[in-house]
Parts: sequence; C-alpha cells; structure tokens
Amino acid sequence: MNTDTRSTMRTPLSRVRRLGTAKSGTGDFWRQRLTAVAMVLLIVPMIAIVMMLLGRNQAGAAQILGSPLIAIVTLLFVIASCWHMKIGVQVVIEDYVHTENLKLALIMANTFFSIAVALAAIYAIFKLSSGV
Amino acid sequence: MPARIDRPLSPHLQTYRMTLTMALSVVHRATGLALYAGTLLLVWWLIAAASGPAAYAQLQAFAGSWIGRLILFGYTWALLFHLLSGIRYLIWDLTYGFEAREREWLTRAALIGSIVLTILLWVLVYAMGGGR
Repeated sequence: MNTDTRSTMRTPLSRVRRLGTAKSGTGDFWRQRLTAVAMVLLIVPMIAIVMMLLGRNQAGAAQILGSPLIAIVTLLFVIASCWHMKIGVQVVIEDYVHTENLKLALIMANTFFSIAVALAAIYAIFKLSSGV
Repeated sequence: MPARIDRPLSPHLQTYRMTLTMALSVVHRATGLALYAGTLLLVWWLIAAASGPAAYAQLQAFAGSWIGRLILFGYTWALLFHLLSGIRYLIWDLTYGFEAREREWLTRAALIGSIVLTILLWVLVYAMGGGR
C-alpha cells in the first residue's frame, strides 16, 4: 500500500494507529478466537454440570450450582459464550444489513441483548452461591 | 452522492457449485444464531434455580415436554456442531488442513462427529434416568 501516490497527508504509521475504518483493528477477531478456545476447554465440565443436575429438584440443583468450583466454571462459560455470541452476531449484522441506521440499531440491540443475558446469568449464579 | 470507487467485486454465491464445505459454513452461522437464541434457555434455567421450587418446576415441566425435549435435542446438536466446526476453523486459522482431502475430511468429521456425539449424549442422559 505504500506505493500509492494519492493525496493523503497521513503517514503509514498513523494509518496503523487508527486501526482501519472500524477503529478497533483486529480486536474482535482476536477475542472471538480467545473466547472460542476458552469454551473448547470449558465445554466438557459444562456438559458434566448439566448432567449432574438431571432429575434433581430445585433444592438439589441450587446446592450443586452454588458450590464454588461449579459456580466458577459456569461463570466463565457464561462470560465466554456471551462475549463470543455478541461478536458473532455483530459480524452477521455487518455482513447482511447495509442500511446504516438499521445496522447501528441492530448492533446496539445485539449488544444490549448479550449484556442482559450475561448479567442475568451472573446475577443468578451469585444468588445461588450466596444461598439467599 | 460521493463518487463511487470501482472496487473489485467477487461473484455471488450462486455462481459456485455447492460443496460440503460451503454448505457447512452456512450451517455454522445458522447454528451460531440458534445458540444465540438458546442462551435464553440457559438463563431461564439459572434464574429458575435461583428463584425457587415453583419456578424450577415450571422449567422442568417445559424441559420434559415433547416440544421441550425436541428443542433441547436440537440445542445439543447445534452446540456440538458449532463446537466441532469451530475447532475446524481454529485449525484453518493456524493455516493447517487446507489440502483438498484434509478440508473435506475435517468438514465430514465435524458433521458426523456432532451427530454421533449428540446421540451418545442423549443415550447417556436416558440411561442415567434424566429423560424421565
């Protein structure tokens, strides 16, 4: 790209620092893979937790979900999955929605949904852990 | 109207002969979107456990109904397919597995593996008495 002679005052360094048109560079690309690898590691314990809960009533389920190790694994999984899905659906929106305002609205709605889901789950896990 | 820049265009999807890798790329996205909606089940489950016996009984009644089981079965497959297919993308991100036979093999493995694992998991669930 250094060979182009168009009239720009911007140096290659400043272009790199501005991290492209999205202004966030490859941050989301990297975090999507980071959270993916996290979930590859967490999926087996997570499936085991769900299996442990099968056939139990609320008291039994609450006791298991509130125990420290299980609560921590569930928290990590919730955070990784909500972050991953926020990025993933944003990519889908950016791919298919070309009306600028609608795109912005959908990206916002996606962010709200992902944060709400994460926070609701985190709240429930903390409540189960404190035994209230 | 700002002057449009003549950017190179890539041909549309229908130009290409449909291949398994192409089809499963679409399925990867579709399962991602399904799992996005499916997080509502995860949150419902955690909040119900944190809320009390009545709320948890409601969740169990839904999960035990035929429509609930169908959704959970679909959710299991979507999760496992997205997982295995995602591992395939992580391998490709590391620039491995791009030979024709390798990429076909990886793609088939993700599809068949997810179906086999889903059935095995559900056999296990029923064997443990969780399907009552």
